[in-house]
This record gives sequence, structure tokens and C-alpha cells, in this order.
Amino acid sequence: NEKQYVGFATLPNQVHRKSVKKGFDFTLMVAGESGMGKSTLVNSLFLTDLYKDRKLLNAEERINQTVEIIKHTVDIEEKGVKLKLTIVDTPGFGDAVNNNECWKPITDYIDQQFEQYFRDESGLNRKNIQDNRVHCCLYFIPPFGHGLRPVDVEFMKALHEKVNIIPLIAKADCLTPNEIKKLKDRIREEIDKFGIKVYQFPECDSDEDEEFKQLDKELKECTPFAVIGSNTVVEARGQRVRGRLYPWGIVEVENQSHCDFVKLRNMLIRSHMHDLKDVTCDVHYENYRAQCIQEMTSKLAQDNRMESPIPILPLSTPDVDTEKLIKMKDEELKRMQEMLNKMQQQMHEKDQ
Amino acid sequence: MAATDVDVFSNEEKRNLSLGGHVGFDSLPDQLVSKSVTQGFCFNILCVGETGIGKSTLMNTLFNTMFENEEASHYQNGVYLRPRTYDLQESNVHLKLTIVDTVGFGDQINKEDSYKPIVDYIDTQFENYLQEELKIKRSLFNYHDTRIHICLYFIAPTGHSLKSLDLVTMKKLDSKVNIIPIIAKADTISKSELHKFKIKIMSELVSNGVQIYQFPTDDEAVSEINASMNAHLPFAVVGSVEEVKVGNKTVRARQYPWGVVQVENESHCDFVKLREMLIRVNMEDLREQTHARHYELYRRCKLEEMGFKDTDPDSQPFSLQETYEAKRKEFLGDLQRKEEEMRQMFVNKVKETEAELKEKERELHDKFEQLKRMHQEEKRKVEEKRRDLEEEMNAFNRKKVAAETLSLSQPLKKDKDKKKSVKTENQSGVSASSSKVMMAKANVEPLNCQSWWQAIQCCTCLVHSAAWKPEGLF
Repeated sequence: NEKQYVGFATLPNQVHRKSVKKGFDFTLMVAGESGMGKSTLVNSLFLTDLYKDRKLLNAEERINQTVEIIKHTVDIEEKGVKLKLTIVDTPGFGDAVNNNECWKPITDYIDQQFEQYFRDESGLNRKNIQDNRVHCCLYFIPPFGHGLRPVDVEFMKALHEKVNIIPLIAKADCLTPNEIKKLKDRIREEIDKFGIKVYQFPECDSDEDEEFKQLDKELKECTPFAVIGSNTVVEARGQRVRGRLYPWGIVEVENQSHCDFVKLRNMLIRSHMHDLKDVTCDVHYENYRAQCIQEMTSKLAQDNRMESPIPILPLSTPDVDTEKLIKMKDEELKRMQEMLNKMQQQMHEKDQ
Repeated sequence: MAATDVDVFSNEEKRNLSLGGHVGFDSLPDQLVSKSVTQGFCFNILCVGETGIGKSTLMNTLFNTMFENEEASHYQNGVYLRPRTYDLQESNVHLKLTIVDTVGFGDQINKEDSYKPIVDYIDTQFENYLQEELKIKRSLFNYHDTRIHICLYFIAPTGHSLKSLDLVTMKKLDSKVNIIPIIAKADTISKSELHKFKIKIMSELVSNGVQIYQFPTDDEAVSEINASMNAHLPFAVVGSVEEVKVGNKTVRARQYPWGVVQVENESHCDFVKLREMLIRVNMEDLREQTHARHYELYRRCKLEEMGFKDTDPDSQPFSLQETYEAKRKEFLGDLQRKEEEMRQMFVNKVKETEAELKEKERELHDKFEQLKRMHQEEKRKVEEKRRDLEEEMNAFNRKKVAAETLSLSQPLKKDKDKKKSVKTENQSGVSASSSKVMMAKANVEPLNCQSWWQAIQCCTCLVHSAAWKPEGLF
């Protein structure tokens, strides 16, 4: 009804327009041992080559390797939407002989970004805050074992309350479908057992259609995704696709019956990228901030921490001694009053 | 909890990479929109203008809803703000609309303080948001934002210029809120008058440095329409919820004997322009400006007031929170001291009252004692008299007996009973015989009288002299 139309239904469009103008940013961390196919997967995900000139270390160099943090930032655009993508690499993770606390540089890095943001957010001039917080961490689990290894468990437990973790089964082209299923079940079980909180897809809206809900359910039951990546384009079934050429056949990265790459890409980029950012802001960062403040205030030796803001403060509990004093005085007053009454009464009687 | 510095190698040369295919992040805006729609939107409008100028009607017309409103009175003794929140929905978009009315604006004789409640209200909403932001456990994403996104300033259609109150008020508000000035009840101004009026108003605003909201022209999608609308400010509006049949349509209009003023006719008034700008094109920008500009300014001023400085980046959040904590502690200390003072005062007052009561008690006690003594005294006296009387009686009785025994042997000439009892209830059984005894006794016994009365009774010489004769006794 044209007459009744006010027009605020255009708000979503206004939001859309402004967000396109502003552009987006996203920080993705990849972690796992060398040779798990992390870089290849990133290239496959974003259909580009981020790692043109990198140097791979040999075994000897890796004995005492410490974990490094390497950031790659690129600006990519698609259909008018600009994205500033930052990939945080963690070469050296799990590569040394002694990998005790090899995740520490990683947790430190994440904390550092939180701290920087906290600092910026608390400043007087907040016009140009850069958000470098890590929005998602893809963790690559080797397909060669029977499930999670101690280093996997420890890593994920160290990070699950700081960043959204998405565990992946790497190089899944060495596993048959059955083996994949077994491994997935095993890993899901162990994740539960060890109390690891991986990123949960938000629940489907109840007003979505059945097909969507079904897809959503399948997606959730498919985790952890078993992925394959490729830097090369091969010819398969008459088309040029990203894939891996073997004597026994061609593994197609984007073939859903070959691996879960498409599911991962759809989830990570096409449907949940913004949610990953929201969870980082609203949950992980808030936890960090709350913790930070509490540590700070405990340093200031304040024993009763009150949540109320400065102008309005709850009164402190009254002094016990003063309370007693007041009570005593009250009682004395009462007694005197009674005595007076009695005397008055007596006099009254005597008069009669 | 500073994280140890990690060596970060960053490939800072932000390369613009070309993509080999469709990655899919072009859905990001849609993801954002979908989340916003689920969350719902909120928008807060402040209407400033004299009583009766058409604020409520305009709101009803703009939003096509009859918001509950009674006519305001002209006799408020101050300006006060009345916020009302409504939940509206259009297709799948939920809007939480808050309309804040300035009741009593322009009605007082002395309007010097009229702007204050408005400024206070705006500041309070900012303050609430700031407090939420500074909490430890905060939830900004589902905080009900009450900050004013737009102030519609209603200018009376005098046709001359702004009123002094308008200028003063807008100057106080322009750094705190987005202002869109509108000429209300524009159906009393003709086209040529309107043109002159608008120019005059805008020039007055400019020459007095009043910053009104400019529709943004930086986004190519809307820059053209916004630029052209900027030239039409202030919008001359007419509001109406009544429907009038014009031709074969029913439109919202005001019916006069000389014609019908149609609200949505662009050649009659700028209502459509206002609606377009306010709701359909720039609503989101208004919200953004409020948050990014006005709120930030408020926050900066407030924090600077509290003593924060933006100097050393290293000490930033810690100094903010630390100073905040220190101030809170200080405030707490102050509060406790005041409390202590009050307690002390109370205790002193109690002591005072106690002392007073004690004094009163003492007085009463004294009085009581005194009365008691008096009572005792009286009692004693009465006792005494009684004893005396009894004694007298006894004495009399003895004399009587003596006299009787005597009279049996020797009659008396005069038998006088001089005893008159006033006080005691002795009957006049003090008969003649007892007087004789008394007299007889009197001869024998020495005078042993304590009072003249008794002396008279006992003394025979007195009897003999008989200077008087008690009547009724003989």
C-alpha cells in the first residue's frame, strides 16, 4: 500500500550502501606444522598467490626453530566490495624437536592485538582505529594419525578462548571416505572430551526454509572439514579446475565429493565471515578486556569491586560499631521514656 | 597483562591482488545487513518547538501512525522532555522509534533557561552510553541506544526571521546533535514569502555560526539528491492526519474554504522532501554521525574533564582505567567521609536529645519529690491533728468519767461543756456529764494544754470567770 509506506524499510539498503563504501577487513590465522598445506589452502581459498617468494627451511634448520609470526596484508576487491585481508602465518609451529609451549608466540600475538585495540578504544581520539584482531584461526590436523595429538590438544586449549578456532583435516586426499568419516568422528569425540571450544556455527533462523535448514545441519555434521588445496590448475572433465594430478586420477579441490573445501570456503567467506568478526569482538575481545581490567583493579587493591559508574555509587555498608552505638542510644531513650511515663502516672494517682 | 613483544614480520606493502575467480566475499555487506535486520534498528527523534506548533501532528504524518498524544498545556512552569518509545515494523524491518517531545518550550515568560533541560537530556543519553562502554562486563551490541539521532527544530511561520529563542537554543544544541530546521505550519506562508523567509533564516544561521546537519554528499549513490536537498533547507512542512478527497484520490490534507493543502504535494510543501531525507535516504547516516561525531566529542570532553590525557600511547588504557579507578576510589572515600560526618552529627544530636531528656527527667523527679514532700507534710499535719484530736478526746473522756464520778458526789452549778469539736466527728455526746468530769479533773490536774482551746476547756478559773457562756451546752 503505497500510501501507508513510511520508508524505513530502506534502512538495510542504507546500511548496505554505507558498508560497501567503508569496505571490510578480515584477519585470518593459519596454524599447523610445516607441510600441512596451509599456504596452498589459503591460495586456493582466495584464488590468488600470496606466497610468491617464500623460503622453505630444511630439517636441520628446523631443529631449534622458534615460532615466527608473519603477516601478509592484501587488498582485494570483488563486485565493488573491498576487503583488506590479513593472513597471519605461524611458521615453525610444532616443527622443532622440543615443542613445549610452541603456541606461546601465537597467544602472545593474539593478546598483543587485543591490547592494541583496547588501548586505541580507550584513547581520546578514536577516529581511525585499526582492527588487527585475529578473527579466525584455521588449525591443520595431520591426516596421518588416529585423532588429535597432544600438541593439537594443547594448542587448541591455549587458544580456544582467545580466537575462533576452526580445526581442519589437512591433505585429506590420502584418506578414503570411510577413513575420513572415522577420523572426523574420532576428532569430534576428542574435542568434546578435552573440552575444547571450537567455533560454533550460529543456529539457523527459524524462518529459513527447510532446504536451507537441511544444508545447515549437514554442514555442522561435517566438521572438522577435510580439505585439499592446490596451486595448480589442471584439466578435468573438460574443464580447467584447481586440482592435483595423480597417476590414479585427478583430485578436484572444488568437487564436493572429493573433499570439504567448498563447504569450508562457503562457510568461512560467503556466509560466516561477518559472524566470525562479531564473535571475536563481542566475546573473545570482551573477555580479554574484562580480564585486563580486573587484573588492573586488583593491583589497585580495591576489595569491593562495584560495577556501577562513577556518579552513582552504592553506599558502603555502615560501620558495625556505629550501628551498635546507635542501637544502644535508641534503647536508652526508650527506657527513659518509659520511666517518665511511669512517674507521670504515679503522680497522677497520688493527686487523686 | 602486557603480552611479550613478538617479532612480527609483516609484508606491509599492501598489494592489490587480482583474483583468479569468484571468491565470494562480495556477500559481506549482505551478511552485515542480515545481522542488522535480525537485531533490529533504533532511531531517536527530538522535536523542539513551541507548544501547538505541530510537532506531534508532524510525527503522526511522517510515520503514518497515531501516536498517543494529548494537547499540551501552555502553563507548564518549565520545559521538560517527554520520551516515548514505539515498536514499528515495515516489511521485515523492525524499528524501535523514540520520539522526545519538549513540553512547555516557549511558553514561559522568562525563557533564559529553556534550552537547559534539552541539553541535559541529550547529555544524559550520551552519559548512559559512555557508562555502558566503561563497564567491565558490557554488552554494547544489544544495548538500547537512546542517543538522539536527529533534532527537528520547529520554526514558527512568522515570515520574518528566527526568533531570539530559536537562535539561542540552536546554538546550544548544534555541537551535540544533528539539527534539521523546519518551518512549521507552512500553509500560512505564500511561495514568495517563503523564499525570502528561507533565505533569511539560513543567512541568520550562517552568520551566527550555527551548524545544522548537512545531507552527506560523499557517497556517489546519493550525493546528487542530497546536494539538491541541502539547497531547500529549511523544509517548510505541513502536517495532517485527516484525509480529504481530491479528484478521485483520498489524500492527507488540510481543508480550507479557499482550497485544500495537500501534505504530499511537493508544490504545496516540503513534507515529501523531509520524509525522503530523514527516513528513506539518510537515516543510517544520522545514526552514524551521532555515534562517530557528537558522541565522540562528548566522550572526549567528559574524559578530559575527568583528567585523562591522550599523551603517552604506552600508558593508554591502563591510565584511563587506572585514573578512572583512582577517581572512583577518591569518590568513594569522599562519600564515606560524608557518611561519617553525618553519622557523627546524628550521634551528637542523639547525645543532645539524651541530655535534654535527662534534664527534663531530673526536673520532673524534683517536682515529684517536692510534691511528695508536700504530700508527706500535709499528711503529717493531718496525722498530728488527728492525734491531737484523739488525745483531746481521750482527755475529755477521762474528765467526763472523773466529772461523772464527781457529780455523783457533788453537783455542779454549771455544767459546761466547752468543748466544741469542729474538726473531728465527735458527737455532741460530749455531754454535760463529761464536762463535769472535765471540770473536776481540772481542779485536780495541772493544766496540760497545748492549745488555747483546750486551755479554755480545762481551766476552771476560766469557767468560773465565765467570761463567756458557750451556747447550747447547758
